[in-house]
Amino acid sequence: MGLAKRIIPCLDVTDGRVVKGVNFVSLRDAGDPVEIARRYDEQGADELTFLDITASSDNRGLILHIIEEVAAQVFIPLTVGGGVRAVDDVRRLLNAGADKVGINTAAVTNPQLVADASARFGSQCIVVAIDAKQVSAAGEPLRWHVFTHGGRKDTGLDAVEWAKKMESMGAGEILLTSMDRDGTKIGFNLELTRAVADAVGVPVIASGGVGNLDHLVDGVLKGHADAVLAASIFHYGEYSVEQAKRHMAQHGIEMRL
Amino acid sequence: MSGIAVIDYGMGNLRSVAKALEHVAPDARIIVTSDAAEIARADRVVFPGVGAMPDCIRELELRGLREALLEAARIKPFLGICLGMQALFEFSEEGNAAGLGVLPGRVKLFPAEAMHDAGGQRLKVPHMGWNEVQQAAPHPMWAGIPDASRFYFVHSYYVEAGNPDMVAAYTLYPFPFTSAVATNNIFAVQFHPEKSQAAGLRLLANFVAWDGTATGQN
Repeated sequence: MGLAKRIIPCLDVTDGRVVKGVNFVSLRDAGDPVEIARRYDEQGADELTFLDITASSDNRGLILHIIEEVAAQVFIPLTVGGGVRAVDDVRRLLNAGADKVGINTAAVTNPQLVADASARFGSQCIVVAIDAKQVSAAGEPLRWHVFTHGGRKDTGLDAVEWAKKMESMGAGEILLTSMDRDGTKIGFNLELTRAVADAVGVPVIASGGVGNLDHLVDGVLKGHADAVLAASIFHYGEYSVEQAKRHMAQHGIEMRL
Repeated sequence: MSGIAVIDYGMGNLRSVAKALEHVAPDARIIVTSDAAEIARADRVVFPGVGAMPDCIRELELRGLREALLEAARIKPFLGICLGMQALFEFSEEGNAAGLGVLPGRVKLFPAEAMHDAGGQRLKVPHMGWNEVQQAAPHPMWAGIPDASRFYFVHSYYVEAGNPDMVAAYTLYPFPFTSAVATNNIFAVQFHPEKSQAAGLRLLANFVAWDGTATGQN
């Protein structure tokens, strides 16, 4: 017996509410973030991730209040990402009660931020989020690029090489989202997940595309992910976190039950 | 009553430790403090922390907290968490830093060559997530916590205790490492009870009730 694989429900938060986008575009309201966080905690979620996708700067501060409120009631690790651009943003989120902070676009525009934040707060709390999209044509060896700005901008960076570079700069964990799969419910991009998970020494969280519980199993057994992240299958009550954990355990995966 | 002091030396998420203590002991006075006099007045002391060992020792020195901490570790119910456990030992491979030397032993990096499971799959460092804590000996701090309960870990270094009698728990990753130590009034854990849901809250509740002896009431 040893370390359990983790299930991480993800709450996309905008203007103080949880929403879930399909391919990062259309949004559906899914509820109150504090209430949802408590529900997932009761169901046995191993961690929670909040992505702040608030567009207007006026409402940016809302996420801090939400995290404060969740952290006072929910005693499992909390990761918060979205709009983190400076060491000071990291500090504010940690002070509000986040245990880890996700850095996405700013890691590309300013990789030194990852090094600085990691040196200041410890690599264990710096999660680099990578949004990757397949760029190889059919028949070519598989290649994925890092995209930013919600998947609109191709950085030209190779996703596997980028993950290795982020590890060397001090990332303690990689949150890997397949932009091709996000919101599709057809399962993780397992080739992408395995390529990154096998290339780095830090834990990798697979994200993007979960539609059923077998997809979670595949993410670990075939994608070699250390943790699996999902949103819509939990938000709309299709499955509980507990059901998901039992299903994974039945497939021989070590879980916290 | 003088309450529970959570030592603030500028590292890590102290708020979550304080919040969890407030949750299990709503009537207790919980003080997050970098004031040596407050630490001296407190009934019990929590030494939390995440980050790097050399910074930890430096920040304690800068704030003039070393003596207050050593005094508390000598006489009061004292709980070390994560880096706050590691710093109690003599030496850490992290930055080749001297620790506080309260307990005999060293802090070592998980060795890359050993990090494979039985099936040959690579084990990641940091050791991050929920792992089983095997209780090595009965202790009031384990009251109501089933053996092999899972707690949340996040660390790249581990303690090699100089005295096997002080090992209160061990955890496999992939070899057994010391995940809790107990000696007299000190209990220290590598995992994060404040992030370990029901089992972690129970451990913190046990600490609030602990009289600081290995056999005492709680």
